[in-house]
Amino acid sequence: MKDFAALFTTVDQTTKTSLKTKALAEFFKTASDDDKLWTIALFSGRRPKRAVTTTQLREWAAEVGGIPLWLLEESYPIVGDLAETIALTLPLPSRQSDQPLTYWITELKSLAALDIEDRKIRILDAWDQLDPVERFLFNKLITGGFRIGVSQKLMTRALAQATEQEEASLAHRLMGGWSPETTDFHTLIEAEDAAADDSRPYPFYLAYQLEDGPEALGSPTDWQAEWKWDGIRGQIILRNGTHHVWSRGEELMTDRFPEFARLSDFLPDGIVLDGEIVAWDGSQPYPFNTLQGRIGRKTVPKKLLKEAPVILLAYDLLEENGEDLRDLPLQDRRTRLDSLLYALPDDAPLRPAPPLAFDTWDTLANIRATARDARAEGLMLKRKDSPYLSGRKKGDWWKWKLDPLTVDAVMIYAQQGHGRRANLFTDFTFAVWNGNDLVPFTKAYSGLTDAEFRQITAWVRKNTQQRFGPVRQVKPHHVFEIAFEGIHASPRHKSGIALRFPRMSRWRQDKPLQEANTLDDLKDLLETYG
Amino acid sequence: MSNTVLTFTDRGIYCPAGDFFIDPWRPVDRALITHGHADHARPGHRRYLCTDACAPVMIHRLGSISVETVKFGEVRKIGDALVSFHPAGHLPGSAQIRVEVAGEVWVASGDYKVVPDGISEPFEPVKCHSFITECTFGLPVFKWDDQNDVAKDLNAWWAKNTADGKASILGAYSLGKAQRLLAMVDPAIGSILTHGAVENTNQVLRNQGYRLPDTIHVTPDLNVKNHSGALVIAPPSALGSQWARRFGPSSTAFASGWMRLRGVRRRRAADRGFVISDHADWDGLMSAIQETGAENIFATHGYTDIFARWLNTQGYNAQVLKTEFGTDEDDTAPTGEAA
Repeated sequence: MKDFAALFTTVDQTTKTSLKTKALAEFFKTASDDDKLWTIALFSGRRPKRAVTTTQLREWAAEVGGIPLWLLEESYPIVGDLAETIALTLPLPSRQSDQPLTYWITELKSLAALDIEDRKIRILDAWDQLDPVERFLFNKLITGGFRIGVSQKLMTRALAQATEQEEASLAHRLMGGWSPETTDFHTLIEAEDAAADDSRPYPFYLAYQLEDGPEALGSPTDWQAEWKWDGIRGQIILRNGTHHVWSRGEELMTDRFPEFARLSDFLPDGIVLDGEIVAWDGSQPYPFNTLQGRIGRKTVPKKLLKEAPVILLAYDLLEENGEDLRDLPLQDRRTRLDSLLYALPDDAPLRPAPPLAFDTWDTLANIRATARDARAEGLMLKRKDSPYLSGRKKGDWWKWKLDPLTVDAVMIYAQQGHGRRANLFTDFTFAVWNGNDLVPFTKAYSGLTDAEFRQITAWVRKNTQQRFGPVRQVKPHHVFEIAFEGIHASPRHKSGIALRFPRMSRWRQDKPLQEANTLDDLKDLLETYG
Repeated sequence: MSNTVLTFTDRGIYCPAGDFFIDPWRPVDRALITHGHADHARPGHRRYLCTDACAPVMIHRLGSISVETVKFGEVRKIGDALVSFHPAGHLPGSAQIRVEVAGEVWVASGDYKVVPDGISEPFEPVKCHSFITECTFGLPVFKWDDQNDVAKDLNAWWAKNTADGKASILGAYSLGKAQRLLAMVDPAIGSILTHGAVENTNQVLRNQGYRLPDTIHVTPDLNVKNHSGALVIAPPSALGSQWARRFGPSSTAFASGWMRLRGVRRRRAADRGFVISDHADWDGLMSAIQETGAENIFATHGYTDIFARWLNTQGYNAQVLKTEFGTDEDDTAPTGEAA
């Protein structure tokens, strides 16, 4: 694993994407096919199945490190990463080995067949022959998402450089339900792509946020506008008599949304649709909260199917008659989509997402202002002649969201972050006034600069009133403006409400504690927007 | 603990028998100072007592103060207390302070490290009944590699940057860490440039007889083009500033014990983090404490709660001592650049 560890060290020692890409491309040129395959898998969110629990790992590491478990547990939040905490705690290895990455992954997979005592012996044996960086990576294979500063996009670019293939076509090859157990490097990356998997989705085209108004985009006539729905971005694939539903996070969600099994009653074979999956009340989407109740379930009870049926609001057609349409201009794809979906019965789990008519940017701004009435969170702007690109690309697709809702709230609890934010207090709980009491109603983690987090961290340390494990109760003093996208009733929360995408939009150092918002203010917002 | 040699007040660690304070944080009549870092040697005291090795830097930093000096190991009688200073290995001139009253011995460690660094007077274990220890890095995840290995990495980084036509900008605290790094680097690789804060301290220490390689003070009229591929040593705050931009293409690094943690390393967003600390690591703290033979341990400056709890499980009578040393007492702040 020394070559993989060296790759990690290089990637970890730079913040420059170009250098990371270069190092990874070099690895892709020199590593074995098995190691390349696993590297692709790891950086596209595919992990070997976990053979030991993190609890076991902690116990064994403490034992080997000669310290009590509580001391390891106390060190963990300070380091901010369990794999790293363990790697740093263990004594130096007694011997050296240089087995490849695939060897260690195979070793981890083989643990599943062993009883717990033997698993322990094998893990301890591995630790005893890996240097600290290798150990960290080995532990990372076990403990969770393999996030070490390499995104799937960066990995794909490096692979494209190393194999001299198009990045977009590689991105497409890497989509879908493959795993290193079911394929090999040649089949996945190099082979003629004729026998592509029927379930394989296209890489999603993602929009950038439009920060200023749309005037800079040029003539309104070049643009198509749609509501930006608050559901799950999804791709639905109908090929060879089967159907597949993919989320944007490349999660296969076919079984969670059995409604779509009926699509083949309405549509021909050889179709791929891009759109928004929403819970539908017959004429409008339900708030996202309703859909949330569906997402968490792998199988859906009948009652819920009836209460919160989902449909696809389709806005793009990526494949028709088995033919890839992504290079066609959007308006042509849209025409084909409309004729395909023309005159569908009302009970079909599918309808076209209607384009919004506008002739000036001012008209469109007025439409945008009514987005909440349409249960949308803003607008999408798409250039009419744009092809369907892969990934987040600037220029042709923009999201023009509504300004968020805001309340001013008091920070009452603080907790340290993880990873890059370890040792900084970054996770806060906020409260609003209810008479003379402060009622917690949301947490927020993001929105401040590193400098502001450092400043608030120093303050938290000096103003801690009580500790509950890692959570500090702090003196009510600081007021923050909390921005959020939606609000809904929630019996699980003490305040009775829950927010969608809450974050800190401003640190109101100018605002006295007493002037923070009240629970009644929140209830008014719930009444208006819930 | 019937004989309380040192007590803890809101002004600092106090010796009633000798009527003096050790590293006090509010103005007092008589202050015994372990070392010259700002959180230990504060301005405003009427009389200062420290080692002759520590005094020049302290005077340089605090200006006109009334200082009396002693040699390492020399015993002074102050009131009913016998006082002596012993090397702490933290930085040149740094000391632990031993206080004996009626046969009862306490030692205040100040900051210390137990491994020799090539420039500071090496740490000397002092037998005592009660030991006030720092624990900046009092967690088992903090273990330092051998200084020679780190020096190799450091020199390899510099040499590579030089070969690539880049400057190497190294962030390090101006008193202690900077000079230790100077003792670690290979001057054959290229010029060594220093920020004013570092160079002023270098001058003070050179005048005392500490041997440092030649350095070039970066003044506004210095032509940095004549020193391509140089190593630039500057306080951490200077990195990423306008001041650092004049060196053109560069690689940046920090030298600190906190660089042991990947999260801190990445947050600092430097190209490299060298794990070099002037504080004891976990094993160093444990061996130092053991060698004092002390039964009573007061943990200060660092992960005090955790460290004291650990010591209690190891048979010591340990407690947390709340002081105003370090940038933060409550728990760690990896902003502590001296570390």
